[in-house]
Amino acid sequence: MSPPAPRAHEETAQTVSTQTEVAPPSAKVTELDTVVIRFAGDSGDGMQLTGTQFADTTALVGNDLATLPDFPAEIRAPAGTLAGVSGYQISFSSHDIKTPGDQPNVLVAMNPAALKTNIDDLDEGGILILDTDAFTEGNLAKAGYKSNPLKDGSLVGYRLFDIPLTALTLHAVAEAGLSGRQATRCKNFFALGLVFWLYERPVDYTREWIEKKFKNSEQMAKANTLALLAGYNYADTTEVFTTHFRVRKADLAPGTYRKVTGNEATAMGFIAASMITGRPLFYGSYPITPASDILHELSKFKNYPVKTFQAEDEISAIGAAIGAAYGGSLGLTGTSGPGVALKSEAIGLAVMTELPVVIANIQRGGPSTGLPTKTEQADLFQAVLGRNGECPVAVVAPATPADCFPMAIEAFRIATTHMTPVFFLSDGYLGNGAEPWRVPGSGDLPKFEVRFRTEKEGFFPYLRDPRTLARPWAVPGTPGLEHRIGGLEKEDVTGNVSYDPQNHEKMVRLRAEKIARIADDIPPLQVLGKDSGKLLVVGWGSTYGAITSAVQELQAKGLPVSSIHLRHLNPFPRNLGEILGRFDKVLVPELNLGQLRTLIRARYLVDAVGLNKVQGKPFKVSEITKAIEGILRG
Amino acid sequence: MPSGVDVKEPKLTRADFATDQTVRWCPGCGDYAILAQVQKIMPNLGIPRENIVFVSGIGCSSRFPYYMNTYGFHSIHGRAPTLATGLKVTRPDLSVWVVTGDGDGLSIGGNHLIHAMRRNLDIKILLFNNRIYGLTKGQYSPTSEFGKKTKSSPFGTAEQPINPLGVALASECTFVARSVDIDTQHLSMIVERAARHKGTAFVEIYQNCNIFNDGAFDDFVAREVRADRMVQLEHGKPLIFGKDRNRGIRLRGVHPEAVTLGENGVTESDLLVHNETALEPTLAYLLTRMNPPEYPVPVGVFYRADRPRFEEILEQQSIQATARLGAGSIERLLNSGASWKVT
Repeated sequence: MSPPAPRAHEETAQTVSTQTEVAPPSAKVTELDTVVIRFAGDSGDGMQLTGTQFADTTALVGNDLATLPDFPAEIRAPAGTLAGVSGYQISFSSHDIKTPGDQPNVLVAMNPAALKTNIDDLDEGGILILDTDAFTEGNLAKAGYKSNPLKDGSLVGYRLFDIPLTALTLHAVAEAGLSGRQATRCKNFFALGLVFWLYERPVDYTREWIEKKFKNSEQMAKANTLALLAGYNYADTTEVFTTHFRVRKADLAPGTYRKVTGNEATAMGFIAASMITGRPLFYGSYPITPASDILHELSKFKNYPVKTFQAEDEISAIGAAIGAAYGGSLGLTGTSGPGVALKSEAIGLAVMTELPVVIANIQRGGPSTGLPTKTEQADLFQAVLGRNGECPVAVVAPATPADCFPMAIEAFRIATTHMTPVFFLSDGYLGNGAEPWRVPGSGDLPKFEVRFRTEKEGFFPYLRDPRTLARPWAVPGTPGLEHRIGGLEKEDVTGNVSYDPQNHEKMVRLRAEKIARIADDIPPLQVLGKDSGKLLVVGWGSTYGAITSAVQELQAKGLPVSSIHLRHLNPFPRNLGEILGRFDKVLVPELNLGQLRTLIRARYLVDAVGLNKVQGKPFKVSEITKAIEGILRG
Repeated sequence: MPSGVDVKEPKLTRADFATDQTVRWCPGCGDYAILAQVQKIMPNLGIPRENIVFVSGIGCSSRFPYYMNTYGFHSIHGRAPTLATGLKVTRPDLSVWVVTGDGDGLSIGGNHLIHAMRRNLDIKILLFNNRIYGLTKGQYSPTSEFGKKTKSSPFGTAEQPINPLGVALASECTFVARSVDIDTQHLSMIVERAARHKGTAFVEIYQNCNIFNDGAFDDFVAREVRADRMVQLEHGKPLIFGKDRNRGIRLRGVHPEAVTLGENGVTESDLLVHNETALEPTLAYLLTRMNPPEYPVPVGVFYRADRPRFEEILEQQSIQATARLGAGSIERLLNSGASWKVT
């Protein structure tokens, strides 16, 4: 994992002026609309950092962007091996984009293993930047190369820039006086400087970042700065590159923007929910990939009404969140699928005690430990159905990294309004991926109130609001409302323990109805494209970008396809069934074997078909266009 | 007085802490005696009922909150310390109690118990130890004696019992005590001392299950043998026991030894003097390992220490950060970080 950009949320709000877009006279400038770059190297080569720095600067110069970090689960797999390759893909553009791109146009490969695992993805004729110093016999063997691709002609289809990055870096940083090993590790900044020049990005932001990051080590700060500048100047002054590329600012809606990853936006959304309601936020969590960044983020906000608790295990994390919710805080726990499995019994307790707890699941490949660092959407059944007994909860899912912010607020709006646990289903792709976020004004945030019961008169713990069926939130410390709750079945109204058969059925139905009524409180779906027609594509969660890009591309070609995107998965928006009925065919692309499709088929008796992929990777736009075209051809 | 709790005139009585629920423990169960003592000492604490919360897990003991006219949460098996943690961290103003048993606290919930204790939240943990699983009808528990024949161990258990107080000491618990259900005076004294301790208090209460493990503690708690087979730990006093107060515990190296005063020249000055507040809980640990028939069973406060409370440290961090950075606001939240403007 790369460290996040220097956020220093407290005091360092800064607006960065972008540098002039005029290129130095030495090189020709080619204007491009959209560029996709992939940085790939050993997991110790700092590729996540390089990519994040490139993304930060790209955001600040005003391009739209989307990123796809892709790294192994091992922190340091054996150096030079295929398993140890870490990559960071970024797409940036002068117009609105929704995905990190199907295929890189540029591949920066720091060693033979990175070349081998990524070269098949590179565009034909794409730019390939290699560190020739890393193409040693040993590294070639580790990557399984029989012959040296630099010499055997296998790379002729690409615009190859074979540069002795390591030697140049060592030379550039010599005056900083680092050991050879440390000096070599600066080569990612050399490569970054080079790519900055190639795409007309200023180095200033990364220079500032280096200074802050290494403020305690002047030597490291100096060396990395030297490497960065040397890379930039190398590209500028040598004639290796005869052209460089311009991607103009994106024509985005006016406003203030910042780059956020999904996990950052998630953390901020939960804090915003706390500020909106005036209730403190409590986050109980046990470290787990890819959710840990939410814990890291929230633990910084000590001057906000936020308390974080690194629990001894997943169960404790949710138990504490339930305890906090019982006491009147916004109780939150966050994890990934395996952690949800451990929390299931406690989620049932929160359903029985009807307390507002939010469970954020940053999904990853499963089952079991599965693919910790890869993305998947296969925990939808787990969220909707995965508990003992009739145990309904609300489920929401953000569609993009920036959408994590409003959906985190939405999760607590539903939880506190309806007194229920709510699942927030993000995933590794959203959590680690980044995009520009148009920062809302405080007046643009949704408003909702949280009320505690204080009147003694007529109080019962399981009295219900006639509209929502929510029970009162009666918190300890309120005189006269002393009562006992727990996981045993409750008698209607009084909340006393009851084993009465009729009462049990009544309560089971009441809990189900309470969740169903949330549908009255969520926005209807908007159809992208025509309201009816031949084909409707239905998506949820992180597939939004790829589905929307594909549908818009085909709509522009005049194909009769529309799409809807579900951000509420339990209950479904009221108009879902009606929309489904207006189309001849329904396609549900998902990064699982058809979980939403199954729920939709069961609920609406629609013969939906699936496009299903479980490779730990997001959809490519082309995979979806192909499926749509296939269906439309009949 | 427990920390952070509003003090009112202590005008409540024991009856104020009883609920309208029918108590559903088996007739003759030791839990009744414990409930009575807890209800009895509650008015002494001067805490308004609404500021008291009893949290429990699963098991016979965990029905306890239903019978306390305070706030109560009957949670799931083994997890009571986790709910208590979230509650206490966010509501330091409340007096939070955990009621658990040997299965709930030391088997399924063992992990939570040790971590709650090492964090030193200001919570009170009462562990009813009956050395059997009662609610599931008679299987052995983690405190059942080695070789015990039960429904699930017809040929005898093959497991060493766990030492609850040893676990508490190893977990850096700041108040570690033991009492027994039928010694009501001692029990109420210990529970009240636990309540007044600032930090996690762990009290093991030997409790008789008259259905599935009747008489488990009779060898030393029965009225006629109690004086000879139990020793009351009192801070600053030598460990003396026996009907005739002529028996004592002295230390031989790191081994306790039961001796008779006056025999072989043993005098009171040879005896171990109890020190609850010893710098290290080493001696306390030796005492937890004194088992019959070789030794009298110690009851009382084995160890206590004053250490910062988890929730106070977190609160302090918030206060310091707020003093340094100013209070967060929605505007500051939204406008933090590097941004750019599109016009």
